[in-house]
Amino acid sequence: MYHEKKISERLKVFGLFGFIPLLVFFLVMIVPFVIGILMTVTTWTGLTGSLFEFIGFKNFINAFSDPNFGSSLVATFKYVVYTLVLTNVLGFGLALLVTQGRKGQEFFKLSFFTPNLIGGIILGFIWQFIFSRAFVSVGVELGWGIFSVSWLANPETALWTLIIVSVWQSSGYMMLIYIAGLMGIDKSLMEASLLDGASAFKQLVKVKIPLMIPSFTISLFLTLQRSFLVYDTNLSLTDGGPFRSTELIAMHIYQEAFTYQRFGEGQAKALVLFIIVALIAVTQVGIMKKMEVEA
Amino acid sequence: MKSKKIKSLLYYLLSLFLFLAFVFPFIIIIINSFKDNLSVVRNPLALPEVFSFSNYIQAFNAMNFISALKNSLIVTIGSSLLIIVFSSMLAYFLVRWKWKVNRFIFLLLVMSMIIPFQSLMIPFVSIYGRLGLLDSKYVLMFYYLGFGLSLATFIYHGFIKNIPFELEEAAIIDGASRLQVFWKVIFPILKPITSTVLILDVLWIWNDFLLPSLVLVSAEERTIPLSTFSFFGTYTNNYGLAMAGLVLAIIPIIIFFLILQKHIVRGVVEGAIK
Repeated sequence: MYHEKKISERLKVFGLFGFIPLLVFFLVMIVPFVIGILMTVTTWTGLTGSLFEFIGFKNFINAFSDPNFGSSLVATFKYVVYTLVLTNVLGFGLALLVTQGRKGQEFFKLSFFTPNLIGGIILGFIWQFIFSRAFVSVGVELGWGIFSVSWLANPETALWTLIIVSVWQSSGYMMLIYIAGLMGIDKSLMEASLLDGASAFKQLVKVKIPLMIPSFTISLFLTLQRSFLVYDTNLSLTDGGPFRSTELIAMHIYQEAFTYQRFGEGQAKALVLFIIVALIAVTQVGIMKKMEVEA
Repeated sequence: MKSKKIKSLLYYLLSLFLFLAFVFPFIIIIINSFKDNLSVVRNPLALPEVFSFSNYIQAFNAMNFISALKNSLIVTIGSSLLIIVFSSMLAYFLVRWKWKVNRFIFLLLVMSMIIPFQSLMIPFVSIYGRLGLLDSKYVLMFYYLGFGLSLATFIYHGFIKNIPFELEEAAIIDGASRLQVFWKVIFPILKPITSTVLILDVLWIWNDFLLPSLVLVSAEERTIPLSTFSFFGTYTNNYGLAMAGLVLAIIPIIIFFLILQKHIVRGVVEGAIK
């Protein structure tokens, strides 16, 4: 450990190692965060208006009385719950599948991961074509009712297209985290449970899953964050439609601010989003840390 | 013996089914990227009758692909290097100098990781738009440094903590300065962590859309996701052409993955677990 005594030397060390990154961090994260809070309770928009004209919680009241905000939150929660469950179930399943020690599993593993490499904008456009053209053509050709109308045209199925694409995109990533967890399990524990006559399924439920709680903590945390904040896929796949039914919260905030120019109200909604995400993340990690068991 | 064979057959059938579920969207857009609009509309699942690259040539020009590729490369490489240099130095500083304020700084960095970009973007655009600090890919790199600093510093911090201080003492006795100790002794040891940080940041910045869409306004500054977005918006109804544009947009990252697949898989896992 280093101990500079003189103030001038301490400043020099700080200047060399900490000043630039911390200045940039301050300007890019802290300043907008603080100004963002001020924006919601004064008439200031960062551009015009007075910083000192306090308007109380008007922006928050407006935000919560906007029916579109409520319906966007409901759609987002629905999307998050389904995406969270399906991504992790599929991701865990894929991890089990490619750790059987069979030939070709490396190849399958890489192909399951591939969608993760590509940005949400491009993936959304690809699936827009699949849902509106390819599936419809199959549906018409084979007379399958569920495919003969584009899923993007109906509010109920349009949300499902988003869920499907997100699960398809993220499950390969979660698979990698679960693989790392599976590899970390002590081999002797598995052998012991086999000697005790445990079936493969029993071994999974009684030994593997309890020992993999840390992997679940990480995967659930990442899926929660990703799905609450999804924007790119939302924009390119459904663009919020039809009739704003799939306008998830990140897109709703974007629209509020940059399309309708309601900065104060938009920022109030953005802070609500921050509080929701932070509360859920802290609760989730807190609960799961308690569930972790010692091997 | 027999049941083993059946098991094996079932295993490969399931794997193959899942494989197709993961890759068929790519196959469909590749097939259609060679067709003219009429044959796409007639049957999007049929193979092209003649392989024509005319969609690709047209998409390449309409997307201004070379310019977009260049912008993406500059922004991604520049930002990742900034993040690596400054977050490794900051993490080293926070570990090796036990000032009281350093614990506070570290805590602040960790807490900031939970703030979503969406909660910052409105004031961010207001402030920096007013100051005229938008619409430049070089300024964008510093924004990426700001947004990427905390995670990278956190990852480096966890690693540097466990490097014994004795390694540095010899260099100090030889009269090395603080910076020399860092760059000559510590930074080389950080190589595996640096590659993890690099992979995480490249995948994030290369594919990022929202931040550059707010910062880069003019057409000549567009990165690949931005130019794909505007291209697809213009040619939505010219399917063959639009598909060719999507395939072009995917090619660079797939090449990157094919070259570095082992490192990428490892980097993604380690970045998540940290």
